[in-house]
Amino acid sequence: MKNKAKLLAYPYVVWIAIFIIVPLVLVLVYSFTEGNIHNPSSLTFSLKSYDKFFNILYLNILWKSFKLAFISTFLCLILGYPVALIISKAKAKYKGILLLFFLVPIWMNFLLRTYAWMAILSPNGFINRLLQLIGLPTLAIMPGQTAVVIGMVYNFLPFMVLPIYTVLSKIDKNVLEAAMDLGANKIITFIKVIFPLTVPGIISGITMVFMPAVSTFVISQLLGGGKELLIGNLIEQQFTVQRDWHFGSALSIILMIMILISMAFMSKADKDDEGGAALW
Amino acid sequence: MSKKLIELQNITKSYNGVVAVDNINLSIRENEFITFLGPSGCGKTTTLRMIGGFEEPDEGDIFFDGIRINDLPPYKRNINTVFQRYALFTHMNVYENIAFGLRIKKVPSKEMDKRIKRMLKLVDLEGFEKRHVDSLSGGQQQRVAIARALVNEPKVLLLDEPLAALDLKLRKEMQIELIDMQKNIGITFIYVTHDQEEALTMSDTVVVMNKGVIQQIGTPVDIYNEPKNRFVADFIGESNIIEGIMHEDYLVEFSGKKFKCVDKDFAKNEKVDIVIRPEDIDITTPENGLLEGIVTSVVFKGVHYEMLVESQDYEYMIQSTDMQPVGSEVGLTFNPEDIHVMKG
Ligand SMILES: Nc1ncnc2c1ncn2[C@@H]1O[C@H](COP(=O)(O)OP(=O)(O)OP(=O)(O)O)[C@@H](O)[C@H]1O
Ligand SMILES: [Mg+2]
Repeated sequence: MKNKAKLLAYPYVVWIAIFIIVPLVLVLVYSFTEGNIHNPSSLTFSLKSYDKFFNILYLNILWKSFKLAFISTFLCLILGYPVALIISKAKAKYKGILLLFFLVPIWMNFLLRTYAWMAILSPNGFINRLLQLIGLPTLAIMPGQTAVVIGMVYNFLPFMVLPIYTVLSKIDKNVLEAAMDLGANKIITFIKVIFPLTVPGIISGITMVFMPAVSTFVISQLLGGGKELLIGNLIEQQFTVQRDWHFGSALSIILMIMILISMAFMSKADKDDEGGAALW
Repeated sequence: MSKKLIELQNITKSYNGVVAVDNINLSIRENEFITFLGPSGCGKTTTLRMIGGFEEPDEGDIFFDGIRINDLPPYKRNINTVFQRYALFTHMNVYENIAFGLRIKKVPSKEMDKRIKRMLKLVDLEGFEKRHVDSLSGGQQQRVAIARALVNEPKVLLLDEPLAALDLKLRKEMQIELIDMQKNIGITFIYVTHDQEEALTMSDTVVVMNKGVIQQIGTPVDIYNEPKNRFVADFIGESNIIEGIMHEDYLVEFSGKKFKCVDKDFAKNEKVDIVIRPEDIDITTPENGLLEGIVTSVVFKGVHYEMLVESQDYEYMIQSTDMQPVGSEVGLTFNPEDIHVMKG
């Protein structure tokens, strides 16, 4: 039985090696070298790319990327939690439809969705025309950080809703009844039982939103109008425009490390929750 | 007789058209230990949930202390529950689980601590305060559930098969503990079990249910000695149930013979069921017996032997310390008061 399981795992091991390990090693190698990438023998060890990064200009971009990703993640949580709660409380027959309602946008092309938001938010877009029509001053949302955040929240919200909904729907109804039995009304039951039990869902929701948000370049390009350069755009430019794969690789590694550190903090917060539960 | 605390009047509850509880009438007195007994799916949990406030009856009224409480939410009832499947808070340790109700009631921390310690001692879980409930055995979890409910000192405690997960020894111990607690603290216990022995040893009153209908309400002795119908007789301990005819008061016929009995008030020649408990039958020689038969099986049960004796038209079960080997011809005797006659 065990051997069979191992055998079945081999294709995945090969798959992981080809598509994950190899690219990662290449990126790592590029980031620590200089020379012509098309001629491997010309590559020499160098910290130049990392050195280049420690410049107020780039540090600012990294900072802004994290700031916008953080704001978007927070908004996703604030919006997504009640949505997950409502879906999980809905009658069984409406649950599927409600869930579908929130998932359908994911099946639409990511670019298309973002273009749709351009059409809504742009200076001559839907919102501003509507405002003009009723005689109100127009808004300058796009291009700008607000538009970028809106785009991120819209695109990544389902990734917050899903994991929270999953843990919510796994909570034993008896446990909520036990809380009521012991004197807790609906609000206290939420604060003392439901919320703490959904912390793992919140953590994975945050992870799943924060990671794509911090590294996105499409949303910032389209809705930021090229003004709101994020770390994702910077990396993309190194590979497409600047043709500096070494610097691009170094930036990728730095971003990856930053994400890993943030996630480590998150999972530590999750573990500490054992004691923190009493707090609630 | 203490005063009535809870009253169920014509309670009916169905799920998707299937009746789970069918027109139940019941009053529960203060400090009573009352037990719902019946086979799986007979509506015990449903009845308990309506008393606890987790389910509203479709028809009928529930009164608590004379006040109608049909739609009073659980958190406003002075009732606590030990759930059939523990329902512990898995994100809290043992101490916090038990403290849950007290924290909501804002019991001062010193008193809270004292009460929790006392409860932990009662359920034999001292030193488990910091343990995560996930790391406990089924029996330990069940005891946490009992402590969590009992620590609130409710007027009424609902217990849904609270000892089902415990081994025999611990179950016996907890039975005694629960009875002691109930008598000492003075709480009304509404207890659910499908273990007839547990029901008979613990309760003041037993309510036997089947298919959502109450079959009989009575003291354990009544229920055991004077089962109202075949179902009750069959469910409460092992019984010989024989079809017969009630000729007149104090005279019943079964297995082809007429016997004196202590029952009366039946119609003349009414068809009846007769119950004779296995331990009430004695084995003697064929010529001295009221009935004759051949031993077909003998099983040693620890204190006594359980024998099956094939007679003319019925296989009698007999529990006796006096063993006769398989194949031997024996006589059976019993006293008139051991014959229980029920409507057929
Ligand atoms: N929420 C529900 N939805 C639908 N049917 C239910 C529900 N709860 C109980 N029932 C049905 O009602 C009947 C009585 O169930 P109940 O749980 O009261 O039985 P019980 O006597 O407690 O049985 P057990 O000893 O197995 O716990 C059963 O037929 C059960 O299937
Ligand atoms: Mg039940």
